[in-house]
Amino acid sequence: MEHCYHCGDPCNEQELKHDGKSFCCNGCVTVYDILNENDLSYYYELEKTPGISPQDIQGKFDFLEHASIVEKLLEFNDGSTQIVSFLIPSIHCSSCIWVLENLQKLNSGVRTSQVDFPKKTVRITFAANELTLKDLVILLSKLGYEPYISLDNAEGKKRKINRTLIYQLGIAGFAFGNVMFLSFPEYFQVQEFWLDRFKHVFRWLMFAYSVPVVCYSAKDYFISAYKGLRSKILNIDVPIALGIIVLFLRSTLEISMDWGTGFFDSLTGLVFFLLLGKFFQQKTYAYLSFERDYKSYFPIAVTRVRDRVEEQVPVYEIHPGDRLLIRNKELLPVDAILLKGEAFIDYSFVTGEAIPVHKDSGDKLFAGGRQEGGLIEVEAVKGVAQSYLTQLWSNEVFAVNKQHLFQSLTDKISKHFTLGVLSLSLLATLFWVFVDPSKAFQVFTAVLIVACPCALALASPFTLGNLLRIFGKHQLYLKEAYIIEQMAQVDMVVFDKTGTITTHQKSEISYEGVPLSEEESAILTSSLRASNHPLSRALYDLLKKNNITTLDTFEEITGKGILASHNQQHLKIGAASFVKADLLEQEANRTSVYVSSNEGYKGRYVFQNTYREGLMDVFRKLGKDKDLVILSGDNDGEKNRLEMILPSNAQLFFEQKPDDKLQFIKSLQKQGRKVMMVGDGLNDAGALAQSDVGIVVSENINVFSPACDGILDAKRFKDLPAFFESSKRGIQVIKWSFVFSLLYNLIGIGFAVSGSLSPVIAAILMPLSSISIVAFTTLATYAIGKRLVQKK
Amino acid sequence: MTIIYMLLAISVTVAVLFFIVFIISVKKGQYDDTYTPSVRMLFEDELVKGEPSEETKPKNDNN
Repeated sequence: MEHCYHCGDPCNEQELKHDGKSFCCNGCVTVYDILNENDLSYYYELEKTPGISPQDIQGKFDFLEHASIVEKLLEFNDGSTQIVSFLIPSIHCSSCIWVLENLQKLNSGVRTSQVDFPKKTVRITFAANELTLKDLVILLSKLGYEPYISLDNAEGKKRKINRTLIYQLGIAGFAFGNVMFLSFPEYFQVQEFWLDRFKHVFRWLMFAYSVPVVCYSAKDYFISAYKGLRSKILNIDVPIALGIIVLFLRSTLEISMDWGTGFFDSLTGLVFFLLLGKFFQQKTYAYLSFERDYKSYFPIAVTRVRDRVEEQVPVYEIHPGDRLLIRNKELLPVDAILLKGEAFIDYSFVTGEAIPVHKDSGDKLFAGGRQEGGLIEVEAVKGVAQSYLTQLWSNEVFAVNKQHLFQSLTDKISKHFTLGVLSLSLLATLFWVFVDPSKAFQVFTAVLIVACPCALALASPFTLGNLLRIFGKHQLYLKEAYIIEQMAQVDMVVFDKTGTITTHQKSEISYEGVPLSEEESAILTSSLRASNHPLSRALYDLLKKNNITTLDTFEEITGKGILASHNQQHLKIGAASFVKADLLEQEANRTSVYVSSNEGYKGRYVFQNTYREGLMDVFRKLGKDKDLVILSGDNDGEKNRLEMILPSNAQLFFEQKPDDKLQFIKSLQKQGRKVMMVGDGLNDAGALAQSDVGIVVSENINVFSPACDGILDAKRFKDLPAFFESSKRGIQVIKWSFVFSLLYNLIGIGFAVSGSLSPVIAAILMPLSSISIVAFTTLATYAIGKRLVQKK
Repeated sequence: MTIIYMLLAISVTVAVLFFIVFIISVKKGQYDDTYTPSVRMLFEDELVKGEPSEETKPKNDNN
């Protein structure tokens, strides 16, 4: 089959030939023409089939005519020059960067544009008198690069980039290098005239370099140690902060009293390595956001009808009683009642269920649904923040930072470690006070210096940071490294059903009833072809389309079904009540299309959720050492099927409201369980936030997912057990590194207690222990990653 | 022998100079996006081919 020259999708029935190339749709042809006419065909040379098929945006961006909304979106505006930044989820290759940075060739109003690929944003400077923001957005959308503008953008909270760590690291690295230079001559302990004369200058220079390291680069360790002590926790930062202070004070004392060189080299090196570990652990997925709430999904403005006049209003200004117009593909921002029009609401954002639900006028519609089909008119019954779905975000779980509640392995060990070090140094000091009081101070400080758990503190960031990257390569994107540690402790996994363990890429359709004759099936396919109902379209796609006939009569009755006839054969297709199906047979819980002909009721097509590939395997493997729960917002129509797949001890719950899910997780945690929630829609947001690890399964990671701890590409769902196993192995690696680093500490303490710790030994021992730990964890995690590949 | 003071002064000055440059570049956001420039750099050659004709002919707005 031919593939589209623009977007690379297979060209189905309606292949378009244009300019000697194949295209899948008119949209793609249009983009191709625009680019070609403007000498931008290099777009297709950079990458094969780089394009994105443009979506219909008729009227979608009308709200950009509102000056107050435009003002909120603009980053800079002096009347003539305006700067705006857009998030464009469809940026995916070098061609995208190229074409977006050459926008000025398409419209002279654009001055410059710059793409930030990792963040998937483009920053455009344009002349306001030549080009309006709305036209700019339309231009981008026409090329397939539709900007994502949501309520979040309009709130105007510009995310500040925190560069403190880079500064701290830069300063520490800079000081470390220079101090190493300056302390080098004294390592050899040669008695030379010039060395003796200038060593004071050297020493005070080292001191000068160390001051910013202690005061600025290392300040987070002091703050964290202080915070820990205040809440009576001996975290890993306590011995580190103690070590840094003692190093600095003793070194300063040594050089001012002319006792020796001090340990400035070890001090700056220590801080540098520690910060390097921190830097390594930082999150790396700039384009994924793990903090989203409903605001990222909701539109900025909707069309309100007042006194027969249509106007665009910001969603926060919608009041109960307002009449709103919702167009095709628009999201309903508030709970409302349908007044006019035919509504097919797709709640896939909310529940993960992809098949749209039909609603009649007078029915209640919930916020978060997307209209599929024509224009509808609704009356708002609640404001944005009070709607059924959005209420969930008033729950306190969304305000808690989960990381603070989590006590990591390092924290647990450091408690014993700190106590051990303190008592050891006191004991050693006591011993020397009686044997040789002149050495007592030296030994006391030496123990504190050498026991500084540098390697211990590095083990976990490097192991987890590496694993985070390896997981990312395998399409499990975790928010932060500590989540891997939590994953290893999980003993209960809760799954959402629709959209999580089922896929919405394809649905399975099975036929139950008397087989249709050839003529009947011809009428069926022909009438389905003419219908716009989402179910008809889904069914049409799955049926054989070899005998399309022209129908004699065709009538679609809204909300009921289709009446069609051909050569005296009449067919009724649609809802059970319309077709007058045998109600005994009817299982109302399952989405079905019923068919009857002249001879009466024939049968029905049942839409079934397709479970993800390898689901049974995932359940079997996870079920070995974890309890499994299915928590579904749907009715129990699929209970029997699920029970067949699940291990016998799994629990199933149906018709769970978003808040029920949250409370359910909470009650499990009260019993001391470590719970992982695997979900997908906004209705799982509460449960995801409450659980110890909340993972979102996503068919397309560029589409937004609710706030969570990690995003798993749906393709890799079957590897979930392998990820669990890898996280456990990672913890093993950390434990082994702890053993190693304790060995190093013991050797160092041996030197320190005997009173013979010289600066050279400290300067060798500290980097050596750090580097060997880094090497060990890197190799070990690499091996884990290798195994993850083999599992594939 | 006091030449060592001068050498020290020079080494410190050079080091601090580079350090300041580093701070400025971080502040300007050079380290915010380390990927896109590596791709963008490869475009230039290709662009030059089309550029002269592009500059001379009047631009037609697509909107």
